[in-house]
Amino acid sequence: MRVYADNAATTYLSKTARDKLIECLDNFNGNPNSLHTDGQRTQEVLDEARAIVAGCINAKNPNEIYFTSGGSEADNQALISAARGLRNKGKKHLVTLNIEHHAILHTMAKLEKEGFEVTYLKPQPNGIVDIEDVKNAIREDTALVSIMFANNEMGAIQPIPEIGAICKEKHVLFHTDAVQAAAHLPIDVQAMNIDMLSMSGHKFHGPKGVGILYARNGIRLTNVIEGGAQERGKRAGTVNVPGIASMAVALKEGCDNMEQNMSKVRALRDRLIEGLKDIPYSQLNGDPVKRLPGNVNWSFEGVEGESLLLHLDLYGIECSSGSACTSESLDPSHVLTGMGIPVEAAHGSLRFSLDYENTEEQIDYIIEKVHSVVELYRSMSPYWEDLQNGIREHCIPEHM
Amino acid sequence: MSLYTDKVMDHFEHPRNVGVIEDADGIGEVGNPLCGDIMKMYLKVEDDRIVDVKFKTFGCGSAIATSSMATELIKGKTLDEALELTNKAVVEALDGLPARKIHCSVLAEDAIKAALVDYYTKSGKEMPESLVGFEPHED
Repeated sequence: MRVYADNAATTYLSKTARDKLIECLDNFNGNPNSLHTDGQRTQEVLDEARAIVAGCINAKNPNEIYFTSGGSEADNQALISAARGLRNKGKKHLVTLNIEHHAILHTMAKLEKEGFEVTYLKPQPNGIVDIEDVKNAIREDTALVSIMFANNEMGAIQPIPEIGAICKEKHVLFHTDAVQAAAHLPIDVQAMNIDMLSMSGHKFHGPKGVGILYARNGIRLTNVIEGGAQERGKRAGTVNVPGIASMAVALKEGCDNMEQNMSKVRALRDRLIEGLKDIPYSQLNGDPVKRLPGNVNWSFEGVEGESLLLHLDLYGIECSSGSACTSESLDPSHVLTGMGIPVEAAHGSLRFSLDYENTEEQIDYIIEKVHSVVELYRSMSPYWEDLQNGIREHCIPEHM
Repeated sequence: MSLYTDKVMDHFEHPRNVGVIEDADGIGEVGNPLCGDIMKMYLKVEDDRIVDVKFKTFGCGSAIATSSMATELIKGKTLDEALELTNKAVVEALDGLPARKIHCSVLAEDAIKAALVDYYTKSGKEMPESLVGFEPHED
């Protein structure tokens, strides 16, 4: 059996998105900046895509939607715009979480080098930030709060409406990286007081290489890519119309079917959580309820995540791990350690990110094979032996 | 190209010499859970020859594959031959490792050296010069 359970890494292109992509590649090949017929026909496709995206997140005006090369570029541009734009007004402080995506964290580090001060809030043990901490972190000179909608690794959903209200009250810009949330959770930028928001096409069955930055009217964006006057002069480069049009229909499809997809995927997620609970000295990472519908992140003591992942792959199950051995840096997941999970438990973590295409049969297959690989690698782990013999101490309780 | 060679995947999927030798003549353990790798090697020695070797490893795919290959390379060899095993030889026998996984092969070499040190210490035989003052690498 083949089970794709890595939808937080990327999703497959939906049929609707694929059809739109092919249609545009075949029929709308003009440059929307050209004044001739071909160009203007393509401009209409772009306008339509912008209106669709604006509708999906309840943006007031389609001109608040900027197309980018992906979620990372949108994150970079949001932070850089807020910081550099407000520096002249004496704002030199930024607030974020220590469990954000590296597109946020590395941009923050860059801004620190430019003289900004950044507060990295640590979430509670369930992976969710305490809104009091957000409130207390905001200062007179705070330019921006950037807090992700939902975490990509352990799925915890942050209190976005509450943070939006705080930022509005304190007159601080609020950006959220909604890459994992878009088309999976309801988003209303007006009701939630979101000033800027990032999305990525391939996380909701659209194509790779396209993303979206929503920036409320009145926010002055700073270019990350300089050149022509595309995207109202804020993002140079000939516009990828087929990718954008395809992404827009994928987003709409996800939003139109959100209720039914959420309930189906949540049921699969909870089935997997129930099925893994009996493995001793293992735990679910992240809040059990306020989490992305498809996310299951689990730590198993005494074993290492990459070996589990590779062996599951031999069984046809595709997932990911927060182990150091799966990262280029040789450090375990900054998300898991950042929310206080011991390094040893982060090494032995697996992430399954499910989707509406998964089935109950597949979930039961995952449950069976995870039990078998954890048992196998514990049987050959000297670390597990030490834990059993009391030579080393457990960091996860025997039962959840 | 995939991350691991066919040889690495073969040794990962079918690791050789996994287990424990209850009456081992030398035991070596290197690594720690914070780094995410621990290797433990057991040697059975007769007439200065390694007649049996077993290992247990906590670690990634390449940690398991390098442990397995290292045990294959020293099984049946004399102590002097085993002493000459280098991490490079393990990597070559596996048809290569990704750069960031080379440290796994260093750990495998160290685990064998640690087991040999334990053997010489326990048996009271004279420690070969190359093992005097042996310290495993920092992971």
